[in-house]
Amino acid sequence: MTHADALPDLTPRPVAAVPAPPRRAAAARDLRTLRVLWRREMLRFVRNRVRIATSLVMPLLFLLILGSGLNSALDRPGAGAGAGPGSGDFRSYLFPGVLLMVVQGPAMTVGALIVWDRQAGFLRQMLVAPVRRGALLGGICLGGATSGAAYAVPMLLMAGVVGVPYGFHLLLALAVLVLVAFSFTVLGVLGAVCIRKPETFDIVMGLCAMPLLFLSGALFPVHQLPGWLNAAVVVNPLTYGVDALRRVIPGGTAWAGEDAGPQWWGWTPPVLLELAFLALLAVGALAVAARRFSRTD
Amino acid sequence: MTPSGTGAVIRTEGLRKAYGDIEAVAGLDLAVPAGEIFGFLGPNGAGKSTTISMLCTLSRPTSGRAEVAGHDIVREPAAVRRSIGLVFQETTLDRELTVEENLRFQADLFDMPRRTARDRIGHLLELVDLADRRNAMVRTLSGGMQRRLEIARGLLHSPRVLFLDEPTTGLDPQTRGAIWEYLLRLPREDGVTIFLTTHHLAEAEHCGRLAIMDNGKLLVEDTPALLKAVIASDLVEIRTGDDTAAAQAIRTRFGLDATASAAGLRFRVADGAAFVPRLCSELTVPIHSVTVTPPTLDDVFLHYTGRPIRDAGGPGPTLSAGPRR
Ligand SMILES: Nc1ncnc2c1ncn2[C@@H]1O[C@H](COP(=O)(O)OP(=O)(O)OP(=O)(O)O)[C@@H](O)[C@H]1O
Ligand SMILES: [Mg+2]
Repeated sequence: MTHADALPDLTPRPVAAVPAPPRRAAAARDLRTLRVLWRREMLRFVRNRVRIATSLVMPLLFLLILGSGLNSALDRPGAGAGAGPGSGDFRSYLFPGVLLMVVQGPAMTVGALIVWDRQAGFLRQMLVAPVRRGALLGGICLGGATSGAAYAVPMLLMAGVVGVPYGFHLLLALAVLVLVAFSFTVLGVLGAVCIRKPETFDIVMGLCAMPLLFLSGALFPVHQLPGWLNAAVVVNPLTYGVDALRRVIPGGTAWAGEDAGPQWWGWTPPVLLELAFLALLAVGALAVAARRFSRTD
Repeated sequence: MTPSGTGAVIRTEGLRKAYGDIEAVAGLDLAVPAGEIFGFLGPNGAGKSTTISMLCTLSRPTSGRAEVAGHDIVREPAAVRRSIGLVFQETTLDRELTVEENLRFQADLFDMPRRTARDRIGHLLELVDLADRRNAMVRTLSGGMQRRLEIARGLLHSPRVLFLDEPTTGLDPQTRGAIWEYLLRLPREDGVTIFLTTHHLAEAEHCGRLAIMDNGKLLVEDTPALLKAVIASDLVEIRTGDDTAAAQAIRTRFGLDATASAAGLRFRVADGAAFVPRLCSELTVPIHSVTVTPPTLDDVFLHYTGRPIRDAGGPGPTLSAGPRR
């Protein structure tokens, strides 16, 4: 039998075999970690052509059928005559919202991937590697943002069909969508590090996704909702993504009016501030997720 | 390895892990010397995997402490992770990536230089005989092939300490042999320390030292040869013309209890080889055959845990550490 008293002393001593990397090298490692996880997401993304196709169908139908249908139903006398709410094409109003729907699915799936990786054990393999767990999560989120935005590209190319002119603004819209996709991914990832069972994760994400989307002003104007719902609109990070998108895409705000966006005590924040606010929330949530993820049980 | 090159690479002191009421590991004191192949033998639920996951910084000990490669597993997890390789008991491959992509992913996470990684991947794929499947999706591989890939991945970054949790389950004998040949070379050539768990007694024989664990406790730890010496008796099996008469004679002449089995009579005696001539001269019934088997690890396992390893699963009897016969 081995006994404690037979053990050599356990005093820590310096070890030469594996020196800790210097600071610069550590940053390079983090970058490499980001890149390899990003690449993994990309590999999975391009291999999933069927999912790419199917996930585009729903928003497309939404835009063409619901958009056109509502457009004619809402066609009030005097509409199209120029100024004022209700004057634009409802489909141009719906366009930013549909773009949002397009990036939401793939971005939030990334969280599901973490849950499945945990289930399949692959996550344990990553956790035992000598990398910062925050870097692991960061790479995953960048991957989600990229694939989410990639889904938006074909939809952006459809702009002309719904009466949105082509131009540089669509590139700006894509940039905003990258940020929105990143936020969605962080949300999924935050859920994934807190919830371990795939079934629970799917339910919770499904429950979150609906109100987030509906209370963001993506599909209908939300500035005239009753007080408590309005509060939900103002604290919903997506509201700012949607509003920024509307203000970037021509015709985005025309139908509901310029002042339908979120307001802080009666003041409408500028686009850049909206984006900065969204980015801040996303990074904050990512930090929380990384902290949780780094905990050993 | 410590700078002096001597001393233990893995040391634990009162290492404990409790899950609620269950004490998965109940105070483990171990010292594994550098360059050793250290085997961890124990029935299902003994706490082997839990021990490995604490040593690999994946779970936090409830109490006690441990050092791997000179680093405290709780205070310096990053340093520990840099020095170890790990093959989990369960499959942990990305099934949606190819064989080579899985290995490249690992090489990147361990920050291996590109060139080194490429050479090593080629070499290891040869070793585990998967070179022709390098572009196959992992989900299209058989279970044994996946296992081989995982072993290759564990070896990829040339760790100082290699943890293998039942590495060869599900492998065919050829592959098992090839992997073992390689594992045995590692400590000799590269000074790697190997810590492995197994249910395979034949594999346990390859280990420099063996520890037997049951119910979270270490029962005994020694070299396989010395462990077997504890049994100090050989198993003798004889086939005779009249087993009943023979058993009777063995009991009266030698005071030994022989049990009948399908293959004949069996009993244990201190020096089997020397006993056989005496047996032949004393027995009057005709003897057809005699086999003498020196103690095996199976016997050792039975001796310390009170049950044979083969049916060691499930809620076995409570352990009895004392000698059985
Ligand atoms: N995450 C966990 N939560 C609760 N109990 C656990 C957990 N992990 C392990 N246990 C318990 O700890 C004990 C030891 O488990 P462990 O996996 O270490 O056994 P093992 O020796 O590896 O067995 P096997 O040979 O079957 O792999 C078991 O009773 C098991 O039920
Ligand atoms: Mg186990």
